[in-house]
Amino acid sequence: MSATAPDRARNGGAPRVTVHGPARNGLRPDLATIADWIAPGAHVLDLGCGDGALLDHLQRAKGCSGYGVEIDDAQVLACAHRGVDVIQRDIEAGLDMFAATRFDVVVLSMAIQATHRTERVLREMSRLGAEGIVSFPNFGHWTHAWSILKGRMPVSREMPFQWYDTPNLHLSTLKDFEDFLDRLGLAITRRGFLEDGRPVGWLPGLRCTQAIYSFRVR
Amino acid sequence: MTSSVGATTPARLRFDAPLALASGASIAGYELVYETYGTLSAARDNAVLVCHALNASHHVAGASSTDPDDVGWWDNMVGPGKPVDTDRFFVIGVNNLGSCFGSTGPMSANPATGRPYGPDFPVVTVEDWVRAQARLADALGIERFAAVMGGSLGGMQALAWSTLFPDRLRHCVAIATAPKLSAQNIAFNEVARRAILTDPDFHGGRFYDHGTVPARGLQVARMIGHITYLSDDTMAERFGRTLRRHVTDTALRDDYRFTFDVEFEIESYLRYQGEKFSRYFDANTYLLITRALDYFDPARAHGGDLAAALAPARCGFLVASFTTDWRFAPERSREIVAALLANRRRVTYAEIDAPHGHDAFLLDDPRYHALVRAYFDRIASEGAGAPAPARASAAGGVEVPA
Repeated sequence: MSATAPDRARNGGAPRVTVHGPARNGLRPDLATIADWIAPGAHVLDLGCGDGALLDHLQRAKGCSGYGVEIDDAQVLACAHRGVDVIQRDIEAGLDMFAATRFDVVVLSMAIQATHRTERVLREMSRLGAEGIVSFPNFGHWTHAWSILKGRMPVSREMPFQWYDTPNLHLSTLKDFEDFLDRLGLAITRRGFLEDGRPVGWLPGLRCTQAIYSFRVR
Repeated sequence: MTSSVGATTPARLRFDAPLALASGASIAGYELVYETYGTLSAARDNAVLVCHALNASHHVAGASSTDPDDVGWWDNMVGPGKPVDTDRFFVIGVNNLGSCFGSTGPMSANPATGRPYGPDFPVVTVEDWVRAQARLADALGIERFAAVMGGSLGGMQALAWSTLFPDRLRHCVAIATAPKLSAQNIAFNEVARRAILTDPDFHGGRFYDHGTVPARGLQVARMIGHITYLSDDTMAERFGRTLRRHVTDTALRDDYRFTFDVEFEIESYLRYQGEKFSRYFDANTYLLITRALDYFDPARAHGGDLAAALAPARCGFLVASFTTDWRFAPERSREIVAALLANRRRVTYAEIDAPHGHDAFLLDDPRYHALVRAYFDRIASEGAGAPAPARASAAGGVEVPA
């Protein structure tokens, strides 16, 4: 069984990434890990929050507060049904509405690879939150390397798109991402690596399908 | 298809104690006309107050018992099984002070003279209306509303409730509204007022004594207002440049008449709306209500800081705007949301991609209604005696939400 991520692109498009692996606490595996990392009572901003599952869990299980940001109409409605407060906004249109507020944690799950202005999004995250948490699909997974060796761009279960119609524009390996955080002056505070939802111990750069990082301004 | 609340009959309450108004004047012995739908729960915790906009009234839902064609202005929103479900909520619509649908206003007799107030009716503000509504709530035994809601000017009243009586509402639903009018908004209002004030039939507001109605002024006022309610796209789609067919035409026309009479369909439509309006709306009320719109600016007393103005609010908020609304564009709603976020209030904000401009808040858009329905489901599920959804102040800690 796999938990699929209802993590949709704008306006009800196909999921950007389908995260496989067993659900935990009713959450997609990467979200369950993110939830583990967030302290009880934290004020959380979840960018591209989808149906609000993470915030719903954090509110009920950990007494957290906060908001989701989501552009898709159906997902906004799903959040409202759950009682999760959601702000309908394209995260790349800027987060000016949040300019006068601060969060303990800002989350961006399985969406960074679909952003156009990735650097700006990361900078805004570090500005709005004491801590940022990002999960993303690891482009360095060995199956991708194998695919390229065979002369083809990778098309996987997680990202079943052809190179010419993928919403995933800014894919990275773990090393690429760590370098990126370093260049932005962000210090990694925690790493999590999952292969189909299960923790990966050795060779995460080749074996993990989803990577999760938390970071703070250095 | 969902059903209606059925035949409705307005009720009337008289308030003898003087109400102090923002202008410094006060008004005593006034009456408010209202309608209610649904049943007030034993715990008196399921009441929803619906605040009306410029030209609407207490008749929110159902059909008037005296005129079955007179259907409430938000009948698609309020009723059994509707987004604001009267099987669960006790909904109150009230006609505001100074309006012309039964509550005390310029057409009412001034106790000092025995003649209609006319121009002597005191200028009222959004906050004055809210204080009058609170007295009605007192009289109906409602200590705390499950929600206060409204669109446009009604949304401003809902916002004012959240700060004037923070403990008296659990939720504020503010749709297609703004934290204050822009210069452009005021400019449109001023054109409308000038049309009325300069109509020879206005007689300085004492037209009742002259047996006249400043119908031309009211028509122009309504025409200019109506333009701001529609989107450019809606007008293009509904009317375009289509020429008006006259009774003498035997075929669709495609040539001009070279006159200043009605030539295009849009002209005909606006004139029709204007004429209809001038037959039922009071000119002095139009002046009063547009002025109340102009004056609304809760941040003014806080040096323009809207977050400071909204700081007393404790309720949860649903704020919604429509992408094609240029009268109160989404940016205006985002100002409200930003202020609420700064105060760490609970807020859901939806920007509904509807083509109909400002009017969309009155129309039956499935995404819009599904959202309001979901939000009211949440209000209902919080149930009786639910703690306030408000959190600790922005400076303080964070309470666990219910």
